[in-house]
Amino acid sequence: MFSKVLVANRGEIALRIIRACRELGVASVSVYSEADIDSLHVQLSDEAVCIGPGPSKDSYLKPDRIIAAAEVTQADAIHPGYGFLSENPRFAEICESCKIKFIGPSAELIRAMGDKNTARATATKYGVPVTPGTEGLMASEGDALAAARKIGFPVMIKATAGGGGKGMRPALKEEEFLDQYRAASNEAQAVFGNGDCYLEKLVLNPHHIEFQVVADSQGNVAHLGERDCSMQRRNQKIIEECPSPLLTPKMRKAMGEASVELVKNIGYENAGTIEYLVDEAAENFYFMEMNTRIQVEHPITEEVMGCELIKEQIRVAAGEPLSSHVCNAQPRGHSIECRINAEDPYNNFAPSPGNISLWYAPGGKGVRVDTHVYAGYTVPPYYDSMIAKLIVTGARRDVAIARMRRALSEFMIRGIKTTIPFQQVIVDHPDFIEGRYDIGWVERYLKARDGEARTE
Amino acid sequence: MDLEEIRKIVELMEEQGLSLFHLEKEDFNLKLKKGTDVEAIREALGGLAIAPAAPVAVPGAPVAPAAEDGEAPVESGEVIESPMVGTLYRKPAPEADEFVKVGDRISEGQTLCIIEAMKVMNEIKAEVSGTISEICVEDASPVQYGDVLFRVT
Repeated sequence: MFSKVLVANRGEIALRIIRACRELGVASVSVYSEADIDSLHVQLSDEAVCIGPGPSKDSYLKPDRIIAAAEVTQADAIHPGYGFLSENPRFAEICESCKIKFIGPSAELIRAMGDKNTARATATKYGVPVTPGTEGLMASEGDALAAARKIGFPVMIKATAGGGGKGMRPALKEEEFLDQYRAASNEAQAVFGNGDCYLEKLVLNPHHIEFQVVADSQGNVAHLGERDCSMQRRNQKIIEECPSPLLTPKMRKAMGEASVELVKNIGYENAGTIEYLVDEAAENFYFMEMNTRIQVEHPITEEVMGCELIKEQIRVAAGEPLSSHVCNAQPRGHSIECRINAEDPYNNFAPSPGNISLWYAPGGKGVRVDTHVYAGYTVPPYYDSMIAKLIVTGARRDVAIARMRRALSEFMIRGIKTTIPFQQVIVDHPDFIEGRYDIGWVERYLKARDGEARTE
Repeated sequence: MDLEEIRKIVELMEEQGLSLFHLEKEDFNLKLKKGTDVEAIREALGGLAIAPAAPVAVPGAPVAPAAEDGEAPVESGEVIESPMVGTLYRKPAPEADEFVKVGDRISEGQTLCIIEAMKVMNEIKAEVSGTISEICVEDASPVQYGDVLFRVT
């Protein structure tokens, strides 16, 4: 086991990792920017090193300063958390060459699964379904139409040089295909100087369902079930739940097995998450990408599967085999997480940094609050807006929903705006209660609420 | 209003558990504010850690020397702060002389010390000219970003 772990992160996840270290009897070092000097993770770690001014690019994204901090404090491992440098293969490489254990997979694996194209090819190679699409670019309109027929409508036409939504057109039916193809290609030609396109199957109203996997250095692999993260706004998750109200036992088994196969075949180590799109009818699943790190929403898996993922990451990195409670985990109950962000849900979710004058977090049975925030804390403007994770667990989904309703109503935060009122609306909504929501739900709801005049 | 009167007001605040006292008169304005939650929490949590939770104990940290002196810190001139994290060396080699001593005149661009990180020796150069009035770090000590290294007048 390591004697000292440096936490290369901030906010609630840094605190989470420090707490896991304390419980394991491992010393912890935190790094912090000048804007984070009052942050809780700095206070609770055994040592703390200032690595730069507020902006992330000058502090938390500086590999050399983080490694230097590990050197001066003689840390023997670094936990990168999520975001920042956690999926940066170069950072993992530097750790390796400096003989500091990077708590995660190897740099090689981070690199391989980080490239979306390579990851898709790898998934296909090991029998994981991916969104059907063309292998290469379309030589002509005729070729494109033939390929579209083969994939099956609806399809998404994507310019290979495209980006930011440009050069992309959906073709829901064959009749509109050629028009849309020409439009996509012409736009791409005009904006990027390259009109070449490829095709992908368009999954309508998809669900985002991800599987948690863990592997040790001895070839043991386990999956810990799924998380349904379809409740998103602009591709940012706001509510997650475990298990998914959508999956049949058959789908769960197939997806779980596919995930384990992939992880075994690539020789993955430590914790990871495989993200899938599931179609409306919950009949097909498609590999989207793999995140080679711990995820924000890992607590709902911990609550339902009765495991401790951060400690498992540290143990696996220290060379220990997977814990038996991880290998034999059985789901029990239902867990829901709300990401509480410092944003104004009535003003286009504008960020709301500032001083928190009052802070009362909910409690009671089945309520877990992961946060670095306290009364008197000032939310800095430099980082992402998540200030707390509210995780509730109940014996069944309806119990968990009632508990989340209760917990959200008790949460008192004054001084800044938060997304709590919006999450209260969602948790009360019949669509959510009936488990009938997909990736587009929030946007459709907001459009209806604010009308077409809402500025994006 | 003299110091005695202000002291009495502070005592009264303590007694009554007040956190803010504000008195505005024609010719003066007095505002007394008790410590915020931030400090109270910091103090309480500092006691929890396995080892003292203060930032890496570096002799250069601005607060310590001032408290030692027992008088209001008179910080004139420029400070040279650490631009990086690492181990600071005051000599180019163990047997060599120190780069600079107190009282030395320095010019812009002159090497003042070396900070080593990841096996790379980084020369720290002066951005101002002047005289070294104080050296706030010891040879071979760890430094973090922002630590005060030298004072120059």
